[in-house]
Amino acid sequence: MSIGQTFLGLLESSPRHGYDLKRAYDERFGRTRPLPYGQVYATLSRLLKSGLVEVDSVEPGEGPERKRYAITEAGVTDVDRWLSHAEKPEPYLQSVLYTKVVLALLTDRPAADLLDTQTAEHLRLMRELTRRKDGGDLAEQLICDHALFHLEADLRWLELTAARLDELAREVRSHG
Amino acid sequence: MAIAGGRDGWTRALLAAVAMGIGVAALLIATAVPGALDSRQDRIDARRPASSGDIRAPGDAPAAANTLLMTELFDAAFRDQAVYAALVRAVGPDAPLPPGVTRLPQPGEVIVSPALRDLLASKDGDLFAPRLEGARIAGTIGPAGLAGPGELAYYLGTDKLTLDNDQAVTAFGDTNTAEFSPILALLIVVISVVLLLPIAVLIGTAVRFGGERRDRRLAALRLVGADERMTRRVAAGEALATALLSLAAGAVFFLLGRQVVPLFTLWDVSLNAGDLSPSPLLALAVALAVPALAVAVTMVAMRGVVVEPLGVTRRAGTTRRRLWWRLILPLAGLAALYPLFGDIRSSTVDNRYQIAAGAILLLFGAVALLPWVIDLVVRRIRGGAVPWQLAVRRLQQDSATSARMVNGVAVAVAGTIGLQMLFAGVEGDFRTDTGADTSRADIIAQSTNGDGRELPRRLRAVPGVTSVASILQTTAIKADKPELFTLVFVADCAGLAEALVLERCADGDVFVAKPSGNVLGPYYAAAPGDQILLGADKQLAWTVPAHLREVPGRSDPGGFNRGTGLFITPGAVDTSRFGPLEGWVSLRTDPADPDAIERVRNAAAAVDQRTFVYRLSRVDEANRFVNVRRGLYIGALVTLLLVGASLLVGLLEHLRERRRLLAILVAMGTRRGTLLWSVVWQTVVPVVLGLALAVGFGLTLGAVLLRLVTVPIAVNWAVVGLSVALAAAVMTVVTLLSLPPLWRLTRPDGLRAE
Amino acid sequence: MAKLLVADGLRKAFGQTPALDGASISVGAGEIVAVMGPSGSGKSTLLHCLAGITQPDAGKVRYEGRKLTEMTDRERSALRRGKFGFVFQFGQLVPELTCLENVALPLRMDRVRRREAERRATEWLERLEVTDVAGKRPGEVSGGQGQRVAVARALVANPRVIFADEPTGALDSLNGERVMRLLTQSARESHAAVVLVTHEARVASYSDREVVVRDGRVRDLTGASRG
Repeated sequence: MSIGQTFLGLLESSPRHGYDLKRAYDERFGRTRPLPYGQVYATLSRLLKSGLVEVDSVEPGEGPERKRYAITEAGVTDVDRWLSHAEKPEPYLQSVLYTKVVLALLTDRPAADLLDTQTAEHLRLMRELTRRKDGGDLAEQLICDHALFHLEADLRWLELTAARLDELAREVRSHG
Repeated sequence: MAIAGGRDGWTRALLAAVAMGIGVAALLIATAVPGALDSRQDRIDARRPASSGDIRAPGDAPAAANTLLMTELFDAAFRDQAVYAALVRAVGPDAPLPPGVTRLPQPGEVIVSPALRDLLASKDGDLFAPRLEGARIAGTIGPAGLAGPGELAYYLGTDKLTLDNDQAVTAFGDTNTAEFSPILALLIVVISVVLLLPIAVLIGTAVRFGGERRDRRLAALRLVGADERMTRRVAAGEALATALLSLAAGAVFFLLGRQVVPLFTLWDVSLNAGDLSPSPLLALAVALAVPALAVAVTMVAMRGVVVEPLGVTRRAGTTRRRLWWRLILPLAGLAALYPLFGDIRSSTVDNRYQIAAGAILLLFGAVALLPWVIDLVVRRIRGGAVPWQLAVRRLQQDSATSARMVNGVAVAVAGTIGLQMLFAGVEGDFRTDTGADTSRADIIAQSTNGDGRELPRRLRAVPGVTSVASILQTTAIKADKPELFTLVFVADCAGLAEALVLERCADGDVFVAKPSGNVLGPYYAAAPGDQILLGADKQLAWTVPAHLREVPGRSDPGGFNRGTGLFITPGAVDTSRFGPLEGWVSLRTDPADPDAIERVRNAAAAVDQRTFVYRLSRVDEANRFVNVRRGLYIGALVTLLLVGASLLVGLLEHLRERRRLLAILVAMGTRRGTLLWSVVWQTVVPVVLGLALAVGFGLTLGAVLLRLVTVPIAVNWAVVGLSVALAAAVMTVVTLLSLPPLWRLTRPDGLRAE
Repeated sequence: MAKLLVADGLRKAFGQTPALDGASISVGAGEIVAVMGPSGSGKSTLLHCLAGITQPDAGKVRYEGRKLTEMTDRERSALRRGKFGFVFQFGQLVPELTCLENVALPLRMDRVRRREAERRATEWLERLEVTDVAGKRPGEVSGGQGQRVAVARALVANPRVIFADEPTGALDSLNGERVMRLLTQSARESHAAVVLVTHEARVASYSDREVVVRDGRVRDLTGASRG
């Protein structure tokens, strides 16, 4: 996800301090992984440099965190462009999982067990997400659902691969 | 398009076609029976001697070469079956041949029907063979000469026939057919209505088989772009196709059934397969009416549903059933019949159609009212145990389906009750009390030809005969007044006691009996001292002795009162000089030996072929009337069975549609008993209501019909009870038959069939 | 966790086709177990055997130590009625009865008086957030509502095990999620175990544990296959 554009979006609603920005971000988008301060300021200085934000005011106090940032016209345009453009769907063509399966087959390791272990891990994570969803608000639920649907897609792939493992094994070995 | 519903569509179409086919076959038979009976009657007429009853008078022209002497033995019978028997003797080489006979039997030869030939060859043959006097079977009678394939018939060649005593026949064929009386015609019309209406209802019900699945299929059609009119057309096409299939099935059933017909003999009526051919006009009517009915019923059914692309919504259920139009039908029926009240007996116009229409409308009233009644009753029912609740809710949801299942039964029962009332009312017209006293004797034998002295002796020796009383009879004229004559009876005291009230009697006594009223005609009552002339030539003079006693007469066991006559015990006169005497013998036989009468017939035939032998019965019913009533009983039963069969199919289809639900309920641990009972209640409630309605309509119909013939209205509750019980029995059987499939469907692993 | 329901070495064939080929599974009291697997893998057959709906050709099923496989049909029926609850994909509600009557049905079958049965049924309809359909017939309610009514019916008699066979199979994901949330939540509250047959991982994720049926056997994914 582009942190820069997210910052711009947050700043568009109102100018904020760097610290506020981080908090708002964490609250809405970064639940599992809070944003490190370093990355916040690095990003802000990059945005400043490209003229997408400006320093709105500097409040008396110590440290850089007392600077208040606001979005510029160019920044608004950038957010516009970002939101109105479709994201490029990411085709996970070079999946780690696939690589693992092929390698397992090539080296005569039990590929089915590998898939099972992975399935179990996916399911475990899904269970956890479902439980979190249960207690959470709508935003939380939507985030969890997003992950759940992705995991489910992975699982389908795992299932399909498991079902076609013998076929795959023959093919892999004949090429080898 | 119509049938293209996959395997399911085919099953549905076949199921409906088979059920309707049964109805079509029944209709075809109904249209064919009158014709069949006609052709049977035609054959019977054809073998009657033309201008029957022509006995040559002395002085007639001499018998020509084309004369056949013939005597038909009208009392001939074997067990309960009538036998057509004739004694024949060809006078000349050109004697006419009866139909179906290729050559006349010579004396000592007999031509028999195939059924009689089979009988003679069977182990019962010995009970019949003596009557043929050991004649050689010289041929068989072809179908043209028989009333039906099962008829027992023979032409026995004999030289005992004489030109003076017997009928001289020069040609065969007589058209003196008995006509139906207006009341009999009324009965036949009503019977046809009563028997055919349930079949019409049955066809209407069968058309709807699988309707729900059909609707779903139509919904699928709408999904691919068909509009509502198109779905209607498709539905009509399907109904039409099914109806055509059912016509084919019906024709096949009919043809198959027809082949079976010759195997049965009902009340002396057996028919050839070929006799049973529907009249072309009526068959055409059936062929047109069935598809029309099918399409009409389908269109009416479609009116109740909205077929949308994604499913079927039922319009019914929300609308309250209205009463008024349901009452129109029975009221119209009453209106049609009312003008005929009291008019039938004397009626000369043909009002059969009016009667039929009235009866049909009245009976259809029951069909129209039934859903309304079920609704009315079931709507109020609350609570109850689980099976009851399931059944009641089902009925509340869809009373029309249940009503349809019971319609046929209701119409059949209502019609039967109405008819039975009519029968009971007009029975008096057709039943006459014979006055026979079966406690005194059960068989009467009468010699009509030759001398009867031999008869009692022979009959006394027959095994199974427990007592014999006989009276010999001749006539005498008064010597001084030859125009007066008296009947003279000769018998021992036991024999006389059958005809006279005797306080004391000894051999040698002579009695006279006088009727209480005026003496009619030339009969006269002999008085002591009278000289009378006896014997065949009336040459033997005898003086009535002084000890003549006058005693009252009484009816003999056959119900016959001899009235005026001279009764002589053998000790009073030497009867050997009386010449030939007619013999009358009353017999009592061992009730445990039903074949005793056959041996009596054999023994009597040995004395003289023309001896009348008949079993006594208290009442004598006009044969045709008996046949009509028996036909009704059988018809009503067959109708009920047909209706029962359709009900079973309907019930099974209902169960099949609910297979998944049943399996789930069982999986939930529902007791099977609960499910069985819910099905039972679901059938019983409409049946009970239907029967109640049927009794009401039946009594109404009966009352109206009795008004037509101006007979006081009387309800025979036994008959009502019997009809209802019969219907209830059929419904019980149907319900019981549906239980094994239900049992199978409710096996817990039924869930797999998802 | 004490094992409530234990199946060992179940075999079941339909004709020549084996559906179960030595399947074993155990379910603890109050445990929610998802049974997953591709279609035709024998999931439903396993559920039917566990619930005593179908008798396996070989193997044993024990409920609280009692052998289901040796009970008579009547005993198993009584057990299903008293201790088990069922939710199927569709078509399980009696179409002529109102939703309330449908929920009250298991109680009524256990001879609870009508008034009392309907009172308790109303409570369950409340818990499953479908009070408004109480007087309607199943044909008049949405799929999601119908399934929630079915869940209420499965739970009303306070069963120890709920057997759910693709309970969300005919629903969209939002309604499916809602049914699953209410089902698992209610089951946990009543300490009922759930055997949940599904081919959807998202539905299965409402469970405590998943097993996979593959080639007629049950595989516990966390390690070696069992049974």
